[in-house]
Amino acid sequence: MLSIKGLEAKVEEKDILKGLNLEIKPGEVHAIMGPNGAGKSTLGHVLSGREGYEVTSGSVEFHGKDLCEMETEERAREGLFLAFQYPVEIPGVSNMEFLKAAVDAVREHRGLEALDAVNFMKQARSACKAVNLDQAFLKRGVNEGFSGGEKKRNEIMQMMLLEPSLAILDETDSGLDIDALQVVADGVNSLRSAERSFIVVTHYQRLLDYIEPDFVHVLADGKIVKSGDKSLALELEAKGYAWLDGGAV
Amino acid sequence: MADFLISSQQAEIDGPAFLADIKAQGKALWSGFELPTRKSEDWKYTSVAGLKKRDFFKPEALAAARRAGETFSGAELEALTHLPAYEAQRLVFVNGVYRKDLSLLDAEAGVELLTFDDASEVQQALIKSKLNSCFELADHRFAALNNQMIDGGVLLHVSANTAAKKPVHIVNISTQCEQDFAVNQRLLLVLEKSAQLTLVEQFCTTATAQNSFVNSVSECVLAENASLRHYRLQDEQETALHIGAVHASLERSARLNSFYLTLGSELKRLDVSVTYRGENAEAEINGVYLPQNKQHVDVHSCIEHAVPHCQTNEVFRGIVADEARAVFNGRIHIHPDAQKTEAYLSNKNLLTSNKAEVDTKPELEIYADDVRCAHGATVAQLDDLGLHYLRTRGISEKEARVLLSFAFINELLEEIADEQLLAWARSKLTGLFSRDPALTKHLL
Repeated sequence: MLSIKGLEAKVEEKDILKGLNLEIKPGEVHAIMGPNGAGKSTLGHVLSGREGYEVTSGSVEFHGKDLCEMETEERAREGLFLAFQYPVEIPGVSNMEFLKAAVDAVREHRGLEALDAVNFMKQARSACKAVNLDQAFLKRGVNEGFSGGEKKRNEIMQMMLLEPSLAILDETDSGLDIDALQVVADGVNSLRSAERSFIVVTHYQRLLDYIEPDFVHVLADGKIVKSGDKSLALELEAKGYAWLDGGAV
Repeated sequence: MADFLISSQQAEIDGPAFLADIKAQGKALWSGFELPTRKSEDWKYTSVAGLKKRDFFKPEALAAARRAGETFSGAELEALTHLPAYEAQRLVFVNGVYRKDLSLLDAEAGVELLTFDDASEVQQALIKSKLNSCFELADHRFAALNNQMIDGGVLLHVSANTAAKKPVHIVNISTQCEQDFAVNQRLLLVLEKSAQLTLVEQFCTTATAQNSFVNSVSECVLAENASLRHYRLQDEQETALHIGAVHASLERSARLNSFYLTLGSELKRLDVSVTYRGENAEAEINGVYLPQNKQHVDVHSCIEHAVPHCQTNEVFRGIVADEARAVFNGRIHIHPDAQKTEAYLSNKNLLTSNKAEVDTKPELEIYADDVRCAHGATVAQLDDLGLHYLRTRGISEKEARVLLSFAFINELLEEIADEQLLAWARSKLTGLFSRDPALTKHLL
């Protein structure tokens, strides 16, 4: 589904990704861990096509297509979803307007009929319920004045409505208490299927107790320096990242 | 050679006889003025050079415009205002001609609504005593011109302790005529003690190219504890020239809540002044301006806190597109005696193109020492991160830009308490942000 080969990328003239390889097959959950500054968030931004994140070498194929050639919105319509580490506040655009615009765009691209207002509301309400957000949030500005936990749950709600084939969760667990973490994990787990894959970027092994990964990768200095199964996460939790230093450089 | 100043000074307009003195005074003042140049601080960023070479006061052109005003049809009116079902007493003027047949007057006890021509002796006395009473005529040269030209002004008088049941909607329309012509609009609103009213002033034009120059002055005189909601909607074709002013004075505990919607044109100027005359009065002043193409909008406001314990909250936002230019100059003047004043002024601008320009200057002049005041101005482009966020959800860049631009003024639109007007403003503005309806369909 996603095939990253030798990916190098820079931000403001600084090399961040330095030859990253990653293969993701349908239905798999990959966790990416690593120290601060390793390039974890950069990977999400590069895959989403954010301006200022320049791919200098390597390739990314998504469903057999060249991802780097696509506009940000095309990537989303093709099934890529990024849950932001810091979801953006957009006062003046209601969550409802925003979600309807997004769902319409994605459905149109996928050849699905547009949802009428009634059906859309039904889906939006049920997504709210699934992530334990009051429906009043639909009327508020996008992320405007939301708490940290509410913003993260709003990301998961969007994911549920957009039904991506690959979702990247960029530190969605950071700053969440156990209850909120459980809500986020339940949301992710309810979407797991044989066709849908996840990249879970996290600092903390804790999240992986709730979202069980098939693979765990350690990203350090712009490369994946070690891969394994979920036991690797426990090992990292116990030993920290220092023991990997030799391999990272 | 046609010249605005010369022809305007020579123009003879018949008005109601009881206003002869005011007209003469206006004429004397206007004759002493020069047209403002860029050297004058008040007109630094707005050139009236475009007026200079044109003659808006030829008697035959004015007569032709009046004839066109007389034949304007009700169907044309409905097509223009987009407020067909608006429940209001409606007064319609076309090219300055009062069209009683297109107006909807519903006599209400305590609410007098009439043209100066129809004023009774008592009403004439009221007009003479209140006209030019809430601003300094010598500081407003185009108001002097307006005085000189007065013919069919409007008096709106609400008696003490009367809450007008219906809003009053005054529609001023300009049509296309062969020759340049001037329209002189004048409104005198007097709210007596504890009176209450919603007023909608709308300026619009036919869709065709315009040769009108509208010089409008609205005066709002609020007595003690009176309350006014004032919406002023300028929705004119881009070749229409308009220099307009709204002056208000507030006695003790009076409340003014105003909203200005100003679209751009070759020359569009709005002067707003509020003078507090009694303690505990409040003004809420909100406005949006949206010039595009090569249009120009200039908003000047001046709030005179002459007495203690009054409150001003003024917010203007502008979206400046294409090669348009906007000017905002907001002044709050707090006199030495005006202790315990609260005054806030904010002006935020969004430039949606590299060639758009805004010149903003909020000014606080404070001569009292126990006041709470703040002012600020920003000029920004659309937030890249917000744009990216919307696009990561599949929304096209074009639609994302429309959503974000609209969001910028949406907060202010929410200040429009009247639902029909809010719906009108939203549909009007969504149309402006994109010529492609597909890009605005998600704006609720």
